Amino acid sequence: MDKFWERLLTIDRRVIFVVIFLALSVPIFLQIGLPIPVTREVQVLYDSLEDLPRDSKILVSCDFDPGSEPELQPMAEAAFKYFVENDLRFIVIGLWPQGPIQGNRAIEDIDESDDEYIVKDGDTLYFGADLVVVGNDTAWYGIDFINLGFQVGQELVIQRMGTSFEATFPSDRRFGRPQKEFPIMDGIYRLADFDFVFNLSAGYPGTVEWVQFAVDRFHVPVGAANTAVQAPLAYPYLDTGQLSGILGGMKGGAEFEKLVGHQARATMFMTSQTMAHIFVMLFIIVGNIAFFATMKKSDRRGIRE
Amino acid sequence: MRREIPLILTGIVGITFFVQFFVPHSPMRELSETFSDWYSIISAFAIWLGGLNLMKISFEKVYKKDKDWFFAVTTIVSFFLILIVGLFFSGGRQYLEQGSGYDWLYRNIYSPLSATMFALLAFFVASASYRAFRARNAQATVLLLAAFIVMAGRTPFGDWITVFLPEGWRLSNLSNVIMNYFNVAGQRAIMIGIALGIVSTSLRIILGIERSHLGGE
Repeated sequence: MDKFWERLLTIDRRVIFVVIFLALSVPIFLQIGLPIPVTREVQVLYDSLEDLPRDSKILVSCDFDPGSEPELQPMAEAAFKYFVENDLRFIVIGLWPQGPIQGNRAIEDIDESDDEYIVKDGDTLYFGADLVVVGNDTAWYGIDFINLGFQVGQELVIQRMGTSFEATFPSDRRFGRPQKEFPIMDGIYRLADFDFVFNLSAGYPGTVEWVQFAVDRFHVPVGAANTAVQAPLAYPYLDTGQLSGILGGMKGGAEFEKLVGHQARATMFMTSQTMAHIFVMLFIIVGNIAFFATMKKSDRRGIRE
Repeated sequence: MRREIPLILTGIVGITFFVQFFVPHSPMRELSETFSDWYSIISAFAIWLGGLNLMKISFEKVYKKDKDWFFAVTTIVSFFLILIVGLFFSGGRQYLEQGSGYDWLYRNIYSPLSATMFALLAFFVASASYRAFRARNAQATVLLLAAFIVMAGRTPFGDWITVFLPEGWRLSNLSNVIMNYFNVAGQRAIMIGIALGIVSTSLRIILGIERSHLGGE
């Protein structure tokens, strides 16, 4: 029996890799529906968005890169769909260079139109770029949404937005035209003119910096969508009221998708994540049993001491 | 003067940012805005500096045929490929638009590679947890239990295996308790400690006591 446990302890790690690969990939094809109860922090964020009146302006800061795409991209897509359906206008920026590109991809991916483009007043307008169709709702670039791109400077960018938004993001990313030419920017002079900030964050600069500068200094409500690794750092700001909700990791994304009524990738990936968690827990249990089974009695005493 | 001028500049900028946080009025506000703009400009230059430095190191590695020099070749080729495609073959300003050469590289090469690197963590975490996560003593056992509760509680599986318990004792609820109370208490302690450290280090830098950032001895 001892030999069995010893062999188990020295198992080739490639076996573990194969088990995890299967645990992650098989559930994607099985499409098992799992119950997803909504946690308080996600409900708070959803309620904060629900309380916004029509035509409210939301600043969406995409502070992540493709490494965090599986967790944060579904949240961005669910949020953008919700904004379009509820007549909320959104302005995309990024404190990470890849952030606005990810934001753009989310906008392109939520477009449900079968056509590639339409011609209106002699101009060719592309679906996914110039206009976005979600169900029966349509959002227009420059009127309902805009992408102002990336600005270097980490948290100082947030501070600079506090006094002048135009000085920080002078032009749009797509055409390079002054942002003031777009109707969506009417009435936006500084950070406090936004009704809400939705921050998708995978690290620094991210949610912590948005709380420290946008919330504490300029009193703008901020809701956060974080990777599972980043979320525990943001929790202390929830009870203090500094954060208006957190979407934490894949689970937060799945809960948010459920609330907005667009169950998509985060919900689908939850099955994979659940299976992976189960197998990691099994590995820990088996590893510990094997560890203690192969240990001599004297060694066991030593460890307890 | 090589040390005095940077020290004076650091002191002026530091004090300006410090004062304008509490007194956001003229002239501190204008000064702070100017310094913020300078910071953005200097940061943009730093990207160039970083890029050039990366190329210098990579070319040297290839020239000297150092260990793993082939990876340096990959770095150089990737760097120039994305730079040239982005600058000259992606429609100018609209280089980020769907269908441009730069967009193709981003979607089909950079994005999958980056996501793959991050996804590998799942495999290494599983392997490491099997080999190293042991209940060797009381502290390790507490850590193990907390990890178990959070891992199970963050998935529907947690509630499924504790469905017979009262709602407050189910794993999803226990996981929330750990995240909202124990985690928050620990994080707050760490945050306050870090904040105090930042304040003292910042004061030392602003007052010119701490000079290691200037280089030299």
